Amino acid sequence: MLRIAKRSEVSQVARVAIRIGAVFLALLFSALLIRALHLQPLKVYWALIEGAFGTAYRFRETVIKAIPLIITSLGISIAFKMQFWNIGGEGQISMGAFAATFFALRYPDLPRPLLLLLMFVAGIAGGGLWALIPAYFRARWRTNETIVTLMMNYIAIKWLTYLQYGPWKDPNALGFPKIPNFSNNAILPAVGGIHAGWIITLVLVVLVHIFLNYSKKGYEIAVLGESENTALYAGINIKKTILTAVFISGGICGLVGMLEASAVSHTLTAGIAGGVGFTAIITSWLAALKPPLILVVSFLFAALEQGGSYIQTAFGISGAAAEMLQGLILFFVLGSEFFTRYKIVLAKNHTQRTEKEAN
Amino acid sequence: MPNIVMEGITKTFGKVVANHNVNLEIKFGEIHALLGENGAGKSTLVNMLSGIYSPDSGSIYIRGKEVKITSPRVAQELGIGMIHQHFKLVEVMTAKENIILGLKTGFFLKQENLSKEIKEISARYGLEVEPDKKVYEMSVGEKQNLEILKVLYRGADILILDEPTAVLTPQETARLFEIVRRLKEKGCAVVFITHKMNEVMEIADRISVLRKGEVVKTVDKDKITSKELAELMVGHPVDLSIKREQGVRDGVCLEVKNLQAYNEEGVAVLKDISFTIAKGEILGVAGVAGSGQKELCEAIAGLYPVHSGEIIFNGESLIHMTPREIITKGISMSFVPEDRLGMGLVASMDIVDNLILKEYHTQKGLFIKRRPIAEKAHELVEKLDISTPHIYTPIRQLSGGNIQKVLVGRELASQPKLLITAYPVRGLDINVSYRIYDLLNEEKKKGVAILFVGEDLDVLRELCDRIMVICDGEVTGIVDAGKVSKEQLGLLMAGERNVETEVAHHA
Repeated sequence: MLRIAKRSEVSQVARVAIRIGAVFLALLFSALLIRALHLQPLKVYWALIEGAFGTAYRFRETVIKAIPLIITSLGISIAFKMQFWNIGGEGQISMGAFAATFFALRYPDLPRPLLLLLMFVAGIAGGGLWALIPAYFRARWRTNETIVTLMMNYIAIKWLTYLQYGPWKDPNALGFPKIPNFSNNAILPAVGGIHAGWIITLVLVVLVHIFLNYSKKGYEIAVLGESENTALYAGINIKKTILTAVFISGGICGLVGMLEASAVSHTLTAGIAGGVGFTAIITSWLAALKPPLILVVSFLFAALEQGGSYIQTAFGISGAAAEMLQGLILFFVLGSEFFTRYKIVLAKNHTQRTEKEAN
Repeated sequence: MPNIVMEGITKTFGKVVANHNVNLEIKFGEIHALLGENGAGKSTLVNMLSGIYSPDSGSIYIRGKEVKITSPRVAQELGIGMIHQHFKLVEVMTAKENIILGLKTGFFLKQENLSKEIKEISARYGLEVEPDKKVYEMSVGEKQNLEILKVLYRGADILILDEPTAVLTPQETARLFEIVRRLKEKGCAVVFITHKMNEVMEIADRISVLRKGEVVKTVDKDKITSKELAELMVGHPVDLSIKREQGVRDGVCLEVKNLQAYNEEGVAVLKDISFTIAKGEILGVAGVAGSGQKELCEAIAGLYPVHSGEIIFNGESLIHMTPREIITKGISMSFVPEDRLGMGLVASMDIVDNLILKEYHTQKGLFIKRRPIAEKAHELVEKLDISTPHIYTPIRQLSGGNIQKVLVGRELASQPKLLITAYPVRGLDINVSYRIYDLLNEEKKKGVAILFVGEDLDVLRELCDRIMVICDGEVTGIVDAGKVSKEQLGLLMAGERNVETEVAHHA
């Protein structure tokens, strides 16, 4: 007879081993599916790696995909640490991009460092202020932030659509609904072949790590996340802490919008967030809200995405197949959480009874 | 042989052995007390009878037949009924609805028959339950009667009562004991779990003492004294008296005047409460659970909204101060809730991070310095004998008693001027409880004013200088702890005001 039993605390090594085992099982399972498509699983997997890292160009593309994912994950993990379920990454990215774009279009001729700095601050403020709305509602009236942040995504995206089709439509685009391209001064320069966002990313990983683990605010956020009663008891100002943490969370997401608009698309589009706000929920969760792990997990996610689009063309399989692989890995890894808490054992009394009967 | 036998029962949770090779026999028609300190394995043991856990090894026989109790439903079919310490009732439903909840009945209820059956059982065992009364309108005693009725209705003749008297007044306890005796007369087997010695001596026929997961002895009540029982429980001789230190009473520390507070539904939870505590005095607070103790403690600590009245600490009003301002004035509050973690500790954090909670804001700069606190953590672990693998182990992994030591230890270490402590020994074993009493006495000698909310009337009478009794948010009396009897306290707790006691003089 099989029985589910609670595990005593699992060591860090075992935890990692369980996760790696899960990824391995996911690959094994996908191999069966790939076989069903009459393809060689190992070849496909190899192509996946090749597609993500095979050439300098592909590697660059992977990094460019990873940057927004990492920063957004860092941002929402601050809110998550406080158990404020910020599902509004998409909206915060959009509003950050909107605010940055405002300055890019309005002052195209400002000196580059000044304009970029303005856009940088505007991006953070845009995302942060947008996030403050649900934070204020939560602090003041205990509204459900999951719903409010989610809904505000759509408002933000529709706002961008309105701008794109209305007031900010490029008059020189022959009626095509697009916002004008940024001036050169509003474009983030490249460092080492990749836009400078990668440096900001690494700095942020360190900063957020320090903030969460060693600062007083970070400590207050963690206490508040665990128990509002305890926070109150310790004299923590709950409203202020919620507002501060969510502003930082949204601000970091807003910065993503600025980077994407300035360095990648060189303009603003309604689809600027591109689902990163949602994917980041998964990555930050998988990384247990730990910034160094967020870096690794998000990077691997970006690689999977980049490699996935390569195998589509290389093997002529549909994009859905690559997404399925992602889905399977997620499914197995999240499922493996169960085994970090429980184990399956053979019930001992059964064996004992048979011993008794034998006697 | 018509009885319940547990043979060689072992149950482990991870590395913790909750029960080791336990042999226990319970007869029908007897009241069998399971006595042991918290964490001795009493609850685990009976939970294997009620189908919540299944043993790793060992066998259970009921009426001579080996059984596998794989779920609560199986337990119910075998006639085992458990009355939990925390009632498992649906507040908005009537007694009747609670009784049939989860039972397989027809689509339509036969209301008439059901009421009749309930009344029949009530009458037979002396249980006072009105079938159509809603649970939220019931007193604690009535709810407990309903819980008992519920298991009887389901055909139980093996009843397990898990610390049933914890929430009752002495008078309600006496009534419960009558019911339990009636159950025994009707041939039921009653398992009575407790850690209160005097109850055991009053009600039990046989007593099994558990220590560290093992049954150390099963004896007839007549053949043992409570002192011997205490020694069996703890494993070594114990001195059960608490000494009352003479504090240096030096002026009023805290004065509360006409305090009124309302809960979220607008119901008055503190009604016109007035009292004083002198420096170097322990003022006890007695009352049935939920009489306003929590609200009173929180109101003083600035956590509960005060409607009217005054709270004056060393000549300064605390009303409208933030909790943090009150902390910096030197007021420390430790309320140990039933789940121990509800307020004051962070389960996922380690001892060091939990100790920082009350003082990190006094550190300079933006960052937290953990090193000095780590030393304190080591000291605390040493001083209170906290068993933990490491000071950096999340406290969630510690046992309830050890978690509590962290909380109480932190509050005592904060060198307060006024110490508010509610249920500080809840769930602690005898040794540590006495260690805590000693620590409280030490604080008292230093001139600290202490508000001590307690459960055990004996402890309150021995430790405190005066006892304030509250009932339903009102003060029913402030009495001299050395001169009041338990019965008198009981009457006050039940709301009786005209009790002949020596009224304590204000400090």
